[in-house]
Amino acid sequence: MYFGLSEEQQFFQESVNKFLEDTVTVDALKAYRTGENNQLTEIVFDGLNELGLSGLIVPEEYGGLGLDSLFAISVSESLGKGVAPYPFIGSFLIAPFLIDQLGNDSQKQKYLPGIATGENRFGVALSERTGRRIDSSIEYTNEELNGRTLFVMDDLDSTHYLILDSKDNVHIVEATDSGLQKIDLKSVDITSFISELNLTGAETDLLENDLSNKDTIQSGINLGRTAIAANTLGAAQCMLDRSVEYSKERKQFGRQIGSFQAVKHMCAQMASDLEPCYSLAWYAAHALDHIPDESHLMACQTKAHLSEVGSSIAKTATEVHGGMGFTDDLGLHFWFKRIGLNRQLLGSPDLLREEAADVQGI
Amino acid sequence: MNLDFGNEYEDFRNEVKAFCEEFNGIHVTGSLYSYESVIDPNEKPKIEMNVKDWQKVLIDKGYHVRHIPKEYGGFGGDLDIVKNVIITEEFSKSKIPTGVGGQGIDFLVPTLMEMGTEEQRQRYIQPALYLDEIWCQGYSEPNAGSDLASLQTKGELVGDEWVINGQKIWTSTAKYAQMMFCLVRTEPDAPKHKGISYLLIPMDAPGIEVRPLVDMTLDAGFNEVFFTDVRIPAENIVGERGQGWLVANKTLVHERGSLGDPNKMIRRYDKLVNLMKSEILDGVRIIDKPVYRDRLMKIQGKILALKSHGLRLLSGRLNKGQDINLATMIVKLYGTEMRYELESLAIDAMGEIGTLYENSPHLRDNGGWQYAYMYYLGLIIGGGTSQIQKNIISERGLGLPKEPKVQGV
Repeated sequence: MYFGLSEEQQFFQESVNKFLEDTVTVDALKAYRTGENNQLTEIVFDGLNELGLSGLIVPEEYGGLGLDSLFAISVSESLGKGVAPYPFIGSFLIAPFLIDQLGNDSQKQKYLPGIATGENRFGVALSERTGRRIDSSIEYTNEELNGRTLFVMDDLDSTHYLILDSKDNVHIVEATDSGLQKIDLKSVDITSFISELNLTGAETDLLENDLSNKDTIQSGINLGRTAIAANTLGAAQCMLDRSVEYSKERKQFGRQIGSFQAVKHMCAQMASDLEPCYSLAWYAAHALDHIPDESHLMACQTKAHLSEVGSSIAKTATEVHGGMGFTDDLGLHFWFKRIGLNRQLLGSPDLLREEAADVQGI
Repeated sequence: MNLDFGNEYEDFRNEVKAFCEEFNGIHVTGSLYSYESVIDPNEKPKIEMNVKDWQKVLIDKGYHVRHIPKEYGGFGGDLDIVKNVIITEEFSKSKIPTGVGGQGIDFLVPTLMEMGTEEQRQRYIQPALYLDEIWCQGYSEPNAGSDLASLQTKGELVGDEWVINGQKIWTSTAKYAQMMFCLVRTEPDAPKHKGISYLLIPMDAPGIEVRPLVDMTLDAGFNEVFFTDVRIPAENIVGERGQGWLVANKTLVHERGSLGDPNKMIRRYDKLVNLMKSEILDGVRIIDKPVYRDRLMKIQGKILALKSHGLRLLSGRLNKGQDINLATMIVKLYGTEMRYELESLAIDAMGEIGTLYENSPHLRDNGGWQYAYMYYLGLIIGGGTSQIQKNIISERGLGLPKEPKVQGV
């Protein structure tokens, strides 16, 4: 019996962490924000793809590494820790998962190898199942796609879009399609890429498969939610680590602020809240591949719980840093904002708890 | 990741299952320690057994204290954590009470195994295991709570006897106990952590007075114990003079780790769900009211985290390379705070009925929820308060600096 990340997974995490520490510095992020460093996203994209992230879960026969959900979730944790501006969860988890599950052989052959190399970049539009608003819906009629979808995930220089319609069909639309208009949305988190798509008679490659779409789409959403939760886990751990570091350095009243119980207890509370989240995320990831009966509930509860813990740590860690925590200078806010966006993507914690109750028949 | 214990354990699990089947519905009587309502009070028990007999059955089968050597009255099995987990799981599923632990078995016996002399093991372990000798723990004092090492109960070696004077408090089971393991200041001139010894005191020694201490639940689970010129043999010491703090810390670690059993929490959560389904206000089940349901789901999220965390801790004990240091430290804080949150929801789910107590009409579950709501507040404080836990987590887990010592203390 072994419950946790394997040595290989930890080693892989370390490579990702190292790359991000060197590349995605606070200065680099600030320069990216002001337009002085436009290449940051491409450098990160190429660097992480070289480590194998784009093909991480793509089956080996299509040129990927064919790794499992736990592996994917551990990588997502590292990407949160390093607040990576990288379209992992949508482009390289949900898209290849759904294409592999729902696509026919020629569709898999057409898209998956390109995903593995990073040439195919998918923005992922799931708002039909994860928060449809009154002014947005996607209809598939006469072999055309019409309507609007909001909060398309991981839309960074997308070559394709994976779009869910109101009847649980999954479509692939090329970014160059004349019936597709993309509007970039700007969230507080400049390291994530979300957009709105307006479709008027867009041409679609419909994924067809014998499997029941509804369940498979749910599995894709479960994967996405668990990965987002892990991403928050990593970001929160980084904020805690920085708080501990800062409270050892910073002196007031003639002593390290970390020697005051008021500060100490804030740090201890963060650690106590966060430690069990590792176990929760690992179990949820394990359930995705091995305990299908629990995976929907686990995904809802894991993302809901980590959203709460993450938000609480984002606030507390900022407070531990005092006034500096509030500055752009220190850049702690990049993690605060990542946690903030993650909290809302694919379902806010309140909605997820409601869904969790429904799943269990409570 | 591998959640399988392996085939070699399947046979063991089947054996335990068969045992549980045989004793399904057992009611154990005469226990000092309350079992957490393992049987439905309305159901007539199929088998009744005295707690001492049950303890013997379990030890003989190897389902309790299985790693204590046979020569000391144990089963003499390997220290096999997986088998212990299987026993706990299967007993829990069948709602069969596990063996009795308590201060003697959980704390004294491991201490003697590690630090005791051969004579002490021969003399004390077997009677403790078979509940022939009940033990209590004499640690806290009125002026030594969180700062336990400042304890002042005095032990003086006069001839071949220790003469003990002072007072202990929060001593659970003292009124039934035949023996106490006790921290006593024997080296008044040594620094405070180095002046303490770990003594074994018969409770019938002249000069000992036990007064019950009623807590907010109106139970007298605790006691105060007064010592006036109590004399015990010089050999009743575990470890060397002045080593008591070291000896005691071995068991304190154990105590803190044992307070947050996820199985118990899950059983309690299931009970809470049932309660919320059966309470009906204005024609609507409480569980169907969105605000209550949301609170329940929040608690479930934490319980799932704790359950997974239990797997991680188990894995860390089985696989030496896995670091569970910080993960272990948070268990007492997390588990007790969470349990209190769970009990609080139960009270709110019942509304005014939640405040009923003792033998009031309209009680639910014999008043157990209100009792637990208060009892678990006690556990947040007992065994090292939440604040002490946070000091430990931040200093030993996160490496934050200690608070500067106040001069002269």
